[in-house]
Amino acid sequence: MTARKKELPPHPMDHLLRVDRIPHIWCPGCGIGTVFGGILAAIQKSAFDLDRLAMVSGIGCTGRMAGYIKVDSFHTTHGRAIPFATGLKLARPDIKVIVASGDGDLFAIGGNHFIHAARRNIDMTVICVNNLNYGMTGGQQAPSTPLGFKTTTTPEGSPEEPFNFCHLADTCGAVYVARWTALHIRLLTNSIAEAMQKRGFSFVEVLCPCPSAFGRRNRLGSALDTLKLYHDRSVIKNDIDTKGAVIDFSGEIVVGKFVDRTRQTFLDYYQTIVCHKESEENSAEATK
Amino acid sequence: MREKAVKKGIYFMNGDHACCEGAIAAGCRFFAGYPITPATEVAERMSVRLPQVGGIYIQMEDEIASMAAILGASWGGAKAMTSTSGPGFSLMMENIGLAVCTETPCVICNVQRAGPSTGLPTNVAQGDMMQARWGSHGHYEIIALAPSSPQEMFDLTIRAFNLSEEFRVPVLIMADEVVGHMNERVVIPDEAEIEIVNRRKPEVSPEAYLPYRPGPDGVPRLPDCGDGYRIHVTGLTHDERGYPVMNAQAQAQMVERIVNKIRRNREKIIKTRSYYLDDAKVVVIAYGITFRSARSAVEEARQAGLKVGLIKLETVWPFPEELVRSVAKEVKALIVAEINMGQMVLEVERCAAGRCPVHLVSHAGGTVIRPERIREGIVSALKRKRRR
Repeated sequence: MTARKKELPPHPMDHLLRVDRIPHIWCPGCGIGTVFGGILAAIQKSAFDLDRLAMVSGIGCTGRMAGYIKVDSFHTTHGRAIPFATGLKLARPDIKVIVASGDGDLFAIGGNHFIHAARRNIDMTVICVNNLNYGMTGGQQAPSTPLGFKTTTTPEGSPEEPFNFCHLADTCGAVYVARWTALHIRLLTNSIAEAMQKRGFSFVEVLCPCPSAFGRRNRLGSALDTLKLYHDRSVIKNDIDTKGAVIDFSGEIVVGKFVDRTRQTFLDYYQTIVCHKESEENSAEATK
Repeated sequence: MREKAVKKGIYFMNGDHACCEGAIAAGCRFFAGYPITPATEVAERMSVRLPQVGGIYIQMEDEIASMAAILGASWGGAKAMTSTSGPGFSLMMENIGLAVCTETPCVICNVQRAGPSTGLPTNVAQGDMMQARWGSHGHYEIIALAPSSPQEMFDLTIRAFNLSEEFRVPVLIMADEVVGHMNERVVIPDEAEIEIVNRRKPEVSPEAYLPYRPGPDGVPRLPDCGDGYRIHVTGLTHDERGYPVMNAQAQAQMVERIVNKIRRNREKIIKTRSYYLDDAKVVVIAYGITFRSARSAVEEARQAGLKVGLIKLETVWPFPEELVRSVAKEVKALIVAEINMGQMVLEVERCAAGRCPVHLVSHAGGTVIRPERIREGIVSALKRKRRR
């Protein structure tokens, strides 16, 4: 295995990867690797100082991203990536913080932290890989599972209506909200790069095939079939009211950049209201 | 707006506030918390004091988030703490385990109130002592200190930060409602007189570096986020590279080390105070506010000519096994006084191992243990004939 690895030519992303940890654990056809590639490409494109970049993940398939990226990376507890990242960012405002985790981690067990970090406008980029179920544990119901879809814990179909994560992020005050699928790799990469340039709480949701669990139980076919579905059903609707940004497999999968606005961050207000510092002084301090 | 971190002087101050002053004197510059009686005064004082010294105070959405945030801040290089009471302490348990596993320095002050559940929010208890030891899942060692006065809230909070930085372990300050709320004389010394310990950083280049390779004391030299080492930190079982390894060998290596780094440094960590042990026939063991009652009872008994001694536990975890073992050999009986239905008494019984009887003076919480009750315990233990 090791011998074979040595024969391979270096990958252009190698400097961003913990190559000694490859192969990764993701299933064949899983979209997380594609999203991960998009994040790496966005980082490369943005030319951030890699020593001043950190990734924080929770638990789950997507949570493993932190283990493969070669920047300071933290694989925390289930649902707690955002509050961990909050502490990190507030202690080190000069570090760019990316949170990458799954839909269950960020919106079920970690839902409370998501809404409050967005409300406080903590400066971080949250990337949610939404595979519509809990993949790591074998495919259970998630807060994203569409009504009537099957999982191992909803064998007759889910009796719950799912969250619209983008609408939630928007109403909680995120400064940047976008949704793409694992098929929209270029638009996704650009969107992640754009989100990382924002000061404040930015959010990118990526719809992603999970052929081993969600796809199989709902007879969606192979990963390629799911990508075909994304291709056929996705409609780009930039700047649309997020209430109307639905994910409907028999209708439209609405993707696009929905929100791009400016708001003072927690640290901005902390400096002016709590520390009585002039805002100019903050921006000087923030860039130190 | 900028104020001194160490406000030298003599104050009339409550324990919760003294804890904050100790924390800031120790270098704490990040606090995340959630309001809860009787620990709210810690958060309130921190919200005033931290901005004055260039630190960050944030009220999180719950205690789970508070605990997660102080870990993030600690990896950002800040000395960080949170404070809480029983219900919040329960919520913090999972991330206390993350701190243990990832070896993240941090301090948690638990101003104990009576439980279980919501219990008696405004009244004293010492019912979280075993939770402090075993509350997070898996097997680990932890450090817990028990202050018995506002002055000790100041002193032991500094010690908590120092131990946490030195051994890279969460340190618990197991205070109680009375110690937290009572106002007493607190002497804050000159900054130069306060010993401060800071975490040790890696001494080799990032290329030659293994983050979780321990130093001779069993403690790894870890960088802060942003130091250029680009390390991976995980709550999964990991090897010296910090990478997840899913097998029993890696588990044994990691768990044995994080347990042994505390066990093998017990002498450095454990602090107790002993009174009148030389000729004592009966020895009382107490900690926190109950130490104050015990001391009053023991002093009075001594004045009446009774041969009684007293041990105060300043470090409750790791437990001072050697001391209790050796004292148990010399005395007729040990008495443990604590505000719960019997927790640290189990440790005392374990260490006494039948060498002498161990009596418990306790109640379920809500008020302090009155000195008279401890005095009664002393008298009856002295009278009792030893069964063979």
